[in-house]
Amino acid sequence: MEFTPPEINLLIVAPVLIIMAAGSLGMVIDLFMPDGKKGWAVWLAAIGLLLALAQNIALWNGNYETFIPQNGVAMVVMDNFAIFLNATFLLTGLLVIPLSRSYLQRTGLEKPEYYMLLLFSISGMMLMGMANDLILVFLALEVLSIPLYIMCGMLWPRPESEESAMKYFLLGAFSSAIFVFGIALVYGATTTTAIPLIFDAVAANGLNAMIVTGLAFLMVGAGFKVAAVPFHMWTPDVYEGAPTPVTAFMSVGAKIAGFAALLRVLMLALPQASGEWVTAVAVLSTLTLIIGNVVAIRQGNIKRMLAYSSIAHAGYILIAVAAAADNPSAGVSSALFYMFAYLFTNLGAFGMVIALERNYGEGNLLDDFKGLAKRHPWLSLAMAYFMLSLTGIPPTGGFSAKFYVFGAAIEAELYWLVLIGVITSVISGYYYLRVVYLMYMFDGEGQLITGRALQFAVFVMAISTLVLGLFPEGLFNLTAEATLSATRLLAGG
Amino acid sequence: MTATIDWYVALSAILFTIGALGVLLRRSAIIVFMCIELMLNSANLLFVAFARSLGDLHGQVLVFFVIVVAAAEVAVGLALIVTIFRTKRSINIDEINLLKG
Repeated sequence: MEFTPPEINLLIVAPVLIIMAAGSLGMVIDLFMPDGKKGWAVWLAAIGLLLALAQNIALWNGNYETFIPQNGVAMVVMDNFAIFLNATFLLTGLLVIPLSRSYLQRTGLEKPEYYMLLLFSISGMMLMGMANDLILVFLALEVLSIPLYIMCGMLWPRPESEESAMKYFLLGAFSSAIFVFGIALVYGATTTTAIPLIFDAVAANGLNAMIVTGLAFLMVGAGFKVAAVPFHMWTPDVYEGAPTPVTAFMSVGAKIAGFAALLRVLMLALPQASGEWVTAVAVLSTLTLIIGNVVAIRQGNIKRMLAYSSIAHAGYILIAVAAAADNPSAGVSSALFYMFAYLFTNLGAFGMVIALERNYGEGNLLDDFKGLAKRHPWLSLAMAYFMLSLTGIPPTGGFSAKFYVFGAAIEAELYWLVLIGVITSVISGYYYLRVVYLMYMFDGEGQLITGRALQFAVFVMAISTLVLGLFPEGLFNLTAEATLSATRLLAGG
Repeated sequence: MTATIDWYVALSAILFTIGALGVLLRRSAIIVFMCIELMLNSANLLFVAFARSLGDLHGQVLVFFVIVVAAAEVAVGLALIVTIFRTKRSINIDEINLLKG
């Protein structure tokens, strides 16, 4: 048999390559640097992320495809959907770096590996957005998860950090085994793992029990990654034990990547099975909203509270995914909008948690927020604003995001799901606003440790949340274009 | 009597179930980890069996990807288990319970 090499254009995947190259370069430089010098790693990571972001944006509207094997279906697509998600991941990285620096210094964690693992994990997330083949989705899932397992455990020999890493590792590996079994079933039913070919096979031969079983396995695997109830048990423990900047990164990046996988599988590979998955997604969403929001109320530790809050926010994004079954454009674009707004709000809130944490595990209680408003008026104001945004009170990015998601769900006639979403948002007000109440109404000894980098990052995130609250149309148009390009590729086969 | 594809699907489903039950029921981190490997390999068996019965080579190539990922997971997973054993002198996951609330 004659061998025809696949068509490869490396410029199209340059954003991922830049990130991987910066990460690998950093590991090599580390060998030759004297132990005392550590500052270079921050700059290497930041420059890599900025270069990748620039190249990523330059590819907008290109709808490129590459890594095309003999069957003519690209494994990697660089449509606007992928570019939008890539930008989200790169921004997450760029904001996590300034949040990490001083925390790493005071916990003795400032090692170049931290930034390099961050880069590797981001490269996996980006691959996830660009994947047009289930096996690439699986590889991306692992490339993003394995560095995260290590980052959770980086504060060894502290037992909490080790425990967090081990729990995350065992459940993460468990979920990817389920995911890969789902891929095997879909492969058996359709003879392919390429997403557009799965679509074609289902269009030609209809659904059968094996595809639906495979779909169920894929959803369980992705459900673990996005921390949807009942696959959320690991989340609070892992989030509490991991170093706080890693928690911040995980709660945003890994969750969005999980949703990228879920959207690719549900919307692009198996939209014809929407009758089968829409009920499952709606039930997951209901459970996630109720359990996430209700259990968050009785948490005394801010990291655990934000863990349950991040579970709850997965529930809101799942509403958008359920809406996408009937109304793909509004559902997918509102999910993208929600994730982008959530990125700034949640990282901002974690920025404050990082600043409050004096040493690993000290200053993580809600009571430590008492009286902060007197000593740090501006940062407390920002924290209060992030809490309002997480609750969904206008004018914040969180409000615009919920507005679009609920709007998409109403168009898809999922009224009861919207009702649950609104009720749980009201419940969430209780625990978010309690943080504001503690900061402004009490006296306390709490002191923030802030560097200029952290203050700047929190400022940027507060402004972004405000802009998304006041002028959401611009971003919403971008998400609509992103959605359109992904569905167009599908229609073109 | 020849073995058809159904037999292989049934075998890998059984292996997968044994692995999943092991993850949920066993208490030693190492055995839990071995059960996860069993689940991955049941998927590999399914890939190869389907590739053979469908006459498509893709499935066999995919197995290599899964094996590589499994190897990378082993490297990280065993390192984590060794560090935790050094601190706690135990890898029983019921005793690793500092974080709860």
